[in-house]
Amino acid sequence: MPTLKLTVNGRPVSREVPGQLLLVQLLREELSLTGTHVGCDTTQCGACTVHLNGRPIKSCTTLAMSCEGGEVTTIEGIADGANLHPMQEAFRANHGLQCGYCTPGFVMASIKIVERLGPDFTDEEIREELEGNICRCTGYHNIVKSVRAGARAMAAHGGSAPVRREGEERVVDSTRSMLEQISELDPESNEAHDAASGKAK
Amino acid sequence: MKFGIGQSVHRTEDARLLRGEGRYTDDIVPPRSTRMYVVRSPHAHARIGAIDTAAALASPGVVGILTGADAAEDALGGFPTMVRGTAPGGGESLEPPLPVLALGTARYAGEPVAIVIAETVDEAKTAAELLTIEYEPLPGVPSLADAFAANAPLVWPECPGNLHTRDSFGDKAAVDAAFDGAATVVDLDIVVSRVAVSSMEPRTALGIWDENEGRYELTAGVQSPHMIRGLLANCIFKVPLNRIRVAAHDVGGGFGMKGVPHPELALVLWAARRFGRPVRWVAERSESFLSDCHSRDHLAHCELALDENAKFLALRYRGKANLGPYMTLANMHCAFGNIGHLSGVYTFVAVHAEVETYFTNTVPIGPYRGAGRPEATVVVERLVDKAAMKLGMDPADLRERNLIPADQFPFNTGFVFTYDSGDYPEGLRIAREASDWDGFEQRRIASLRRGKLRGIGMAQVVEIAVGLMDEMGSITIEADGSVTIGTGFHNHGQGQETTMRQLASEFLSVPPEKIRYLPSDTDEQPSGFGSAGSRAAVVGGVLIQTIAEKLIAKAKRVAAVLLEADAEEIEFHDGTFSARRTNRSATLAEVAQLAHQPMRLPEGVEAGLSHKQMIRVDGPTFPNACHVCEVEIDPETGKTEFVSYVVCEDVGKAINPMIVAGQMHGGVAQGLGQVLGEFIAYDEDGQLQTGSFMDYQMPRALDLPNIRTIANNVPSPNNPLGIKGAGESGTVGALPAGLNAVCNALQPLGIEHFDMPATPMRVWKAIRDAGGMARLRAAVDAP
Repeated sequence: MPTLKLTVNGRPVSREVPGQLLLVQLLREELSLTGTHVGCDTTQCGACTVHLNGRPIKSCTTLAMSCEGGEVTTIEGIADGANLHPMQEAFRANHGLQCGYCTPGFVMASIKIVERLGPDFTDEEIREELEGNICRCTGYHNIVKSVRAGARAMAAHGGSAPVRREGEERVVDSTRSMLEQISELDPESNEAHDAASGKAK
Repeated sequence: MKFGIGQSVHRTEDARLLRGEGRYTDDIVPPRSTRMYVVRSPHAHARIGAIDTAAALASPGVVGILTGADAAEDALGGFPTMVRGTAPGGGESLEPPLPVLALGTARYAGEPVAIVIAETVDEAKTAAELLTIEYEPLPGVPSLADAFAANAPLVWPECPGNLHTRDSFGDKAAVDAAFDGAATVVDLDIVVSRVAVSSMEPRTALGIWDENEGRYELTAGVQSPHMIRGLLANCIFKVPLNRIRVAAHDVGGGFGMKGVPHPELALVLWAARRFGRPVRWVAERSESFLSDCHSRDHLAHCELALDENAKFLALRYRGKANLGPYMTLANMHCAFGNIGHLSGVYTFVAVHAEVETYFTNTVPIGPYRGAGRPEATVVVERLVDKAAMKLGMDPADLRERNLIPADQFPFNTGFVFTYDSGDYPEGLRIAREASDWDGFEQRRIASLRRGKLRGIGMAQVVEIAVGLMDEMGSITIEADGSVTIGTGFHNHGQGQETTMRQLASEFLSVPPEKIRYLPSDTDEQPSGFGSAGSRAAVVGGVLIQTIAEKLIAKAKRVAAVLLEADAEEIEFHDGTFSARRTNRSATLAEVAQLAHQPMRLPEGVEAGLSHKQMIRVDGPTFPNACHVCEVEIDPETGKTEFVSYVVCEDVGKAINPMIVAGQMHGGVAQGLGQVLGEFIAYDEDGQLQTGSFMDYQMPRALDLPNIRTIANNVPSPNNPLGIKGAGESGTVGALPAGLNAVCNALQPLGIEHFDMPATPMRVWKAIRDAGGMARLRAAVDAP
């Protein structure tokens, strides 16, 4: 069997693998990184999305051997210790996940969408960009909110240099914490649910 | 209380799921694990001849192969139905249980015929290729319509006409009389299409045989571990309950489908025992389409009678439902169990329904979010819109005229249900205003000027929740005041890990970080019913409240010792026990500590602080909602776009409004998915044509609108917390609201009804067949 060398979440990995081994099998079965999921086997659902050399890819249809020398980042590799990545935090703050199975793929895809588009985009653009990921639980409503909030938080956090669109001015109060940014950006968090009286006006 | 009832607290389970540290079944790899591959029938209906396993057994990595003959030799049973019918001519109807492996005859394409156990999946698949199975194809029944066609082949020779059962509900004479005296009658033939539930995590199972204990251990993606254990013990293996353990950790969506026992749950356990090694199985998506219970698949002819004031008199329903070739736990429930929804939110004089169920050579039918509720409700709500069209009335006005008034609750429909509470007119008013229903005509014309058809659809719906009213729970308060709660509910996305903590926090005044929610495991808790039918919030609310009250009463006796007072003098408030008319008080932790020191307790005061109890809640609850959906259709391409969506819902009371809104969003999406493009197609030979996400149109982000949710909660009198449930309501409303919107868009072309799904091809053809857009353009261009 050939030897594959690559970096996964910053750690060098070297092992003999059969040529037909898929990247997702390497991650899940060989490296026990089970946060990357398989939802469809045909590159339709995006539950298996990881980053390869800074680009989002679907690991269920990528041969492990094709990643020779590459840098792979999985959902397990994006939090900063106890602190979630701003995009993870945004999904949590906006109820952007229910069963959680598709979630790692959405988070990994969303991070790259935001890095590409910068923090400002329309809901329509987010929905279009999320074309490669399927969620069965949320109806996408709160995922769209999460990505919007995550984008602003990523910009505020400075973690991933967002690309600003030409001619656009954007001011970010860097003194405010990421969490404040996110909760502030949660204005329509089910505002209509009047918890006190249970009666909408 | 910051973490109590009514708070939109963030979910406790999210951090692990977001970090990729969830524990789904296929993430667990016990030592010496093997993989199972299921060999499935390639024919919809075929006699199974000789199976030659020799070459496959010799293939590298193969551990063993088992067939239907082996299952028969080991006397494995099948999974039975929960609801039995009566044969058309009287007597017991034929109720073929769902076998674990086909023996002699395969009755749907995808039915398990053999299993190959090997070291790896690839090795198992390679060996499966070497398996020789002789099939003699038989004529089959590839659809519901084919089942009752003249001279249809028989799925079961002992079941003439493939008719499993026929039953009727309601007062036929009253309905006939109402129709005789009606001023207006509308009728409708409607197809409730067949869909695949498609949870994002495919079905999975891990089977372990514990030789020392003589016990089966199943870890699987299931909604109801206790019920699955009961069926495995009683029906498949015929062993005592405590010889089987079922655990379900993180489960990637269920929607009813994972509440149904499927053969693989038994197969991994059986193979683990036969071969003495753990057996892992996970479905590939194509297998999911071939073998997960499909849903819906009804055909109905229905009629609505109105008087001269446009008041609804009666509804008549003649429905046919597909069962598949075998009984599953709940396929009869989907056909019959929720027929009561035909009475809708209206003041009918009478409703009558006649339902027939048929066997076909298709994947067995099971429940999907709503389980019969959306199927019945879409009939009512389409009829209402068709009546409005015939009378030239605004559909919202017609509904309003016929809604059950708010002061009429509890409302006995005279059909099946008695509704608990609600303010339906207020719900309609809120949804009408929020959706700018009355401004629609301008939007329709604006769309038309851009060459687009615009439609608006309303559905006002009510659904029964809490069909299963029993549940077991436990709360243990440890010596330091930390609290562990257990229930039979399984969390596969609905957030019970959070809401059950909220309930415990509310009633025991304990902060969430001191509360643990036990995983769903029959070893942790011996009894329970699981998550199904929108029941966890209602039953869980009563359950946690009841047990917490018992525990506080118990703790008061201990506090009395600590505070040197009579137990009757002890009050519990905000986490503190105090003795009346004294300044003495003690925290729950202090009381818990004493409770765990029996030698310090006087005789008669029970040590420890835990309680386990089974409860039964009163009567069902009836969540309800008014949905408004707006669509725009491009007549050039036939593409339908959902442009806005409003749902005004009554869940009685929300434990966590954020989670309730999330349930609405997801429920609506599943209803709209079926309207827009999801459907299962078989060819004339019973071969599945929609076998992957490339053929089966799952709704994606761009396909769906933002969904506005507005609460119109009226507490239920049927439980002390007033909760009604939230799980299925979104789907029940979205299927009719979405379909009404599409039909409303097409109505100006003279199209009276359009059946789901609104795929571009079907919509484009309907527009073409109706003569195209020409006459509408003329109308717009006119001054």
